[in-house]
Amino acid sequence: MMRKLKDDVLLCLIYLAAFLAEFLLIGILAYVFVRGFPHISWHFLTTVTSILEGTVGIAGNIVNTIYMVVLTLAIAVPVGIGSAIYLNEYARPGKVVRLIEFTTQTLSGIPSIIFGLFGMVFFGVTLGLGYSILTGALTLSLMVLPLITRNTQEALKAVPESYRNGAVGMGAGKWYMIRTILLPSAMPGIVTGIILAVGRILGESAALLFTAGSGYFLPRSFGGWFHKLVESGGTLTIQLYLSMEKAQYDTAFGIAVVLLGMVLCLNLVTRVMVSRFEMPKYTDAGGR
Amino acid sequence: MVRHTIEKAAEIIFSLCAFMAVAAVFSITLYMIANGLPAIFQAGWKEILFSSVWQPTAQEPSFGILYVILTSIVGTFLAVLLGVPVGLLTAVFLAETAPDSLAAVIRPAVELLAGIPSVIYGVLGMLILNPFLYRLEQKLFAGSQTHQFTGGANLLSAVIVLAVMILPTVISISETALRAVPPELKACSLALGASPVTTVFRVTIPAARSGILAAVVLGVGRAVGEAMAISLVSGNSVNLPLPFQSVRFLTTAIVSEMGYAGGLHRQVLFTIGLILFVFIMMINGILSSILKGERLE
Repeated sequence: MMRKLKDDVLLCLIYLAAFLAEFLLIGILAYVFVRGFPHISWHFLTTVTSILEGTVGIAGNIVNTIYMVVLTLAIAVPVGIGSAIYLNEYARPGKVVRLIEFTTQTLSGIPSIIFGLFGMVFFGVTLGLGYSILTGALTLSLMVLPLITRNTQEALKAVPESYRNGAVGMGAGKWYMIRTILLPSAMPGIVTGIILAVGRILGESAALLFTAGSGYFLPRSFGGWFHKLVESGGTLTIQLYLSMEKAQYDTAFGIAVVLLGMVLCLNLVTRVMVSRFEMPKYTDAGGR
Repeated sequence: MVRHTIEKAAEIIFSLCAFMAVAAVFSITLYMIANGLPAIFQAGWKEILFSSVWQPTAQEPSFGILYVILTSIVGTFLAVLLGVPVGLLTAVFLAETAPDSLAAVIRPAVELLAGIPSVIYGVLGMLILNPFLYRLEQKLFAGSQTHQFTGGANLLSAVIVLAVMILPTVISISETALRAVPPELKACSLALGASPVTTVFRVTIPAARSGILAAVVLGVGRAVGEAMAISLVSGNSVNLPLPFQSVRFLTTAIVSEMGYAGGLHRQVLFTIGLILFVFIMMINGILSSILKGERLE
């Protein structure tokens, strides 16, 4: 009788714990959307905050975020894929591979504030890039590199050996084989890695605060769109943090709605990718 | 001939890409040490590590970060204490007891929680948790002469936010570990007359312990390194880490002062970064030895 009671209590706890996650998620989404949705307007999304014109808007931050995502991916994706190709197709198992895999794992465990400090002194001071979108993107590309490498590596591992043998047997060179056979077959895994990286970049703040800064203006001229790379620019998440510090809760919740909307979309796309192609997924959490 | 050159070039380029991770970890380590050590020599390591007075901008500045280090340790410990049992039970639910229909609702929720930007956790902590804890604080310290009221921005708030933030990590890794337990073990336990719940707690969880340990260690790493969310909810003044005191963590110390610090003050902030980095490297070391042990088993 006691045993039955004990079992029931434990089972009850298990259900409670599991529903806490559900409750938290629904609570967070509901609270943010209810408080933030009224502040979302066409005006909010397309203007820049200005005291002179009396406007409150996040257009500059949206543009900065797009720059940050595109630039970071432009740096990290080729390097990450190249690294995975080397590890899986060229390197022989041994010390070198262990070293590279160990450092990749280490890199994914380093907290973003450390990346921020490093980016500030290395890219910002040593390389002289200062507070700029470029500094931020270089810093973030180190941060998302493990995500791209690990996911590409797993996708390459899943390509059957017979594909390689077939291609080489027909006289294809190794590079030709990689380019025409391996990469297309591994594409879903690579895309999954990229989407996870985009999620990381959108949510990042600690690594950007002291590297990309907090500028929120739109470029004034055509040349300004290029010059923006070396100017300070705060992403949506940075602006959200700064708005909270200044107690501008309306702006903060407006941005939070936009960010959560993006996160939900990315999550949906990953889900479709993973289920359609049955790809293994490697997140920084280490889970599959 | 041309083809041979292209093949060679491709191999060299790929190997360079692969060494980017090595170069990155190497230079991060180098830069953290090079920027963090000078202050230790300049201000004296006893003065920094074992003094509790943090007055970096005073006439005679003092850079004691003992309380900051203690806060990070105590805060992380409490967050893990709170987050791991809940996370583990959720993992048990997903791996063992849940009917498919319920698991299909809970698992996506966990994944989404992992994807929510940390600042948003901070925002909600600040606007929901802080007022709630302030009311509790007012009740608890109603007649107190000595208590300094924090408005709810205190260690307890930070611990709760951290516990929520490590949940997805703990859940997903523990679930993987629980699923890897051979079904024969469970079958034996059930055949001996143990109930399913007893089987989970006496057989499955002990069998998955190294994976669960890895989940705990990763959770510790997450909690130690988190900066933005807790900088919004923890109150940000340097105090002994007691539940209802306004506190400052290693990470939030950097976030809140790096913007304006100069000279020795700035160097001490890098020392704080170095200490955080050393913590993280130790955690990484523990984690990889756990994972190695698991592979050997």
